[in-house]
Amino acid sequence: MSEVKKIATRESYGNALVELGKEHEDVVVLDADLAAATKTGTFKKAFPKRHIDCGIAESNMMGVAAGIATTGKVPFASSFAMFAAGRAFEQVRNSIGYPKLNVKIGATHAGISVGEDGATHQCNEDIALMRTIPGMVVINPADDIEAKAAVKAAYEHVGPVYLRFGRLAVPVINDNVEYKFEIGKAVTLREGTDVTIIASGLPVSEALEAAQKLEEDGISAQVINMHTIKPLDEEAVVAAAAQTGKIVTVEEHSVIGGLGSAVCDVVAQKAPARVLKIGVNDVFGESGPAVQLVKKYGLDADSIYEKVKAFV
Amino acid sequence: MNKLDLMKTANEIRKGIIRAIHSAKCGHPGGSLSAADIYTYLYFEEMNIDPKEPKKADRDRFVLSKGHTAPGYYSTLAHRGFFPVEDLLTLRKVGSYLQGHPDMKHIPGVDMSSGSLGQGISAAVGMAVSAKLSGEDYRVYTLLGDGEIQEGQVWEASMLAAHRKLDNLVVIVDNNNLQIDGAITDVNSPYPIDKKFEAFNFHVINIDGHDFDAIAAAFKEARETKGQPTAIIAKTVKGKDVSFMENQAAWHGAAPNDEQFEVAMADLEKVGEALCQK
Repeated sequence: MSEVKKIATRESYGNALVELGKEHEDVVVLDADLAAATKTGTFKKAFPKRHIDCGIAESNMMGVAAGIATTGKVPFASSFAMFAAGRAFEQVRNSIGYPKLNVKIGATHAGISVGEDGATHQCNEDIALMRTIPGMVVINPADDIEAKAAVKAAYEHVGPVYLRFGRLAVPVINDNVEYKFEIGKAVTLREGTDVTIIASGLPVSEALEAAQKLEEDGISAQVINMHTIKPLDEEAVVAAAAQTGKIVTVEEHSVIGGLGSAVCDVVAQKAPARVLKIGVNDVFGESGPAVQLVKKYGLDADSIYEKVKAFV
Repeated sequence: MNKLDLMKTANEIRKGIIRAIHSAKCGHPGGSLSAADIYTYLYFEEMNIDPKEPKKADRDRFVLSKGHTAPGYYSTLAHRGFFPVEDLLTLRKVGSYLQGHPDMKHIPGVDMSSGSLGQGISAAVGMAVSAKLSGEDYRVYTLLGDGEIQEGQVWEASMLAAHRKLDNLVVIVDNNNLQIDGAITDVNSPYPIDKKFEAFNFHVINIDGHDFDAIAAAFKEARETKGQPTAIIAKTVKGKDVSFMENQAAWHGAAPNDEQFEVAMADLEKVGEALCQK
């Protein structure tokens, strides 16, 4: 596995913004003193005039982005997930969501894979917060290819979009000609008949690896990459429930309110099936190297494999 | 519009505020009445706007950061011709486009949804930033309450406005000295307001917010100010021109009953009649 190319999706975000900036004059990028970390520094370098550093003031940044959007430009407001979705939640809700303004929120450093900075900066609640806002699109890409495609799709979508990116480099899994990104359309990465693993973001590649191990044990696991949490691809969930009857959700997010909850909402109403939610179990994170934390919090391939095996 | 006509218009706008809030049986008369002269000057004299084309690209923008005083805003927009004056009576009712707080999606002339205090000024800063980015010359105005400036976001926005030298932005503070819980000096004093904005590198002008000569001079001075945003600190009377509402915190967010409504309207009629004799 060591030869697999790995790129952090925050890098993809920065690179995709530069490409968008070249094509579209109306793209404006905002930061709150984290351009180096959110990787929007590359955009700043390419288009200094269209980069607005608001300083360490995320709440104001969201409002400024809203104001810019009212004039027809397309702002990408960037910060860590903790501050974009957490600190500025009410600004996002009232100044962006309620008037349905065309603001894109680029949230990097989501989840426990923030690593050494620890619990204060590890946001495991952002998907839950953002998906409760009417009209908000929530996208959690799994790799470089998907993250770049998501940025482009977010630009083309008219309305608020929350984009979730990670700090840790993750394997590139979508580097194939058939790959196509469409907001709200899940991608089946692997067919299977015994159980369906629905994953989002960082653990997608781990889920694929787990599925391979399960195969060796004679368990056929379908793997679905649910890159869009809202609007959720309900058809894909219903079809999976019908096909395998057992669903496991995997996310680098609290088990409360995220992908797992969104899937359960659909399953409970439309296609009763057993669901196992794998995620951060209603606890705060902690400091440590990201890869070790992913393992400790049960989001690595081995942990997923063990849990799915026990569940099946 | 001459000064007398502006005063008469403001008087009509105040009547609209009382009618709307009486009809809704709730709402915020105090701060609507205190800001009525400022609203009037902005929409009848200062701003480049067109009620027939509320979204024209080069229009000046206004953000009501103290969104709860929507009745004052709506009455002004209605009297300026953005929508029928009769519609003011649908304020806050189910199905009405006149929401309790400004809603840009449904109200002609409203440039930004607002109401959660401290947020409107940020949007105004964003609009002013955008104008600078694309070299457009529209101006942006935002009205804040003096209690509202207790919100930290106001100062985040102010810091950025001055840092980016937004001389196309005018922040107006409706300094009526009262908030829900009482006098702003008793609750959590934001004074000295002028010195605070000065420290944030604004050009600051102190005026009597009910004197149209002073209001006109302040907006003129703001236009002539280059390289920094302007803050106009307008000293006002909460509940202005309604005898029992003046300087009463209790009338921040309460509707007059039928009896009080009659008294309020009589007070405003008296003000109007006096103006007609001028």
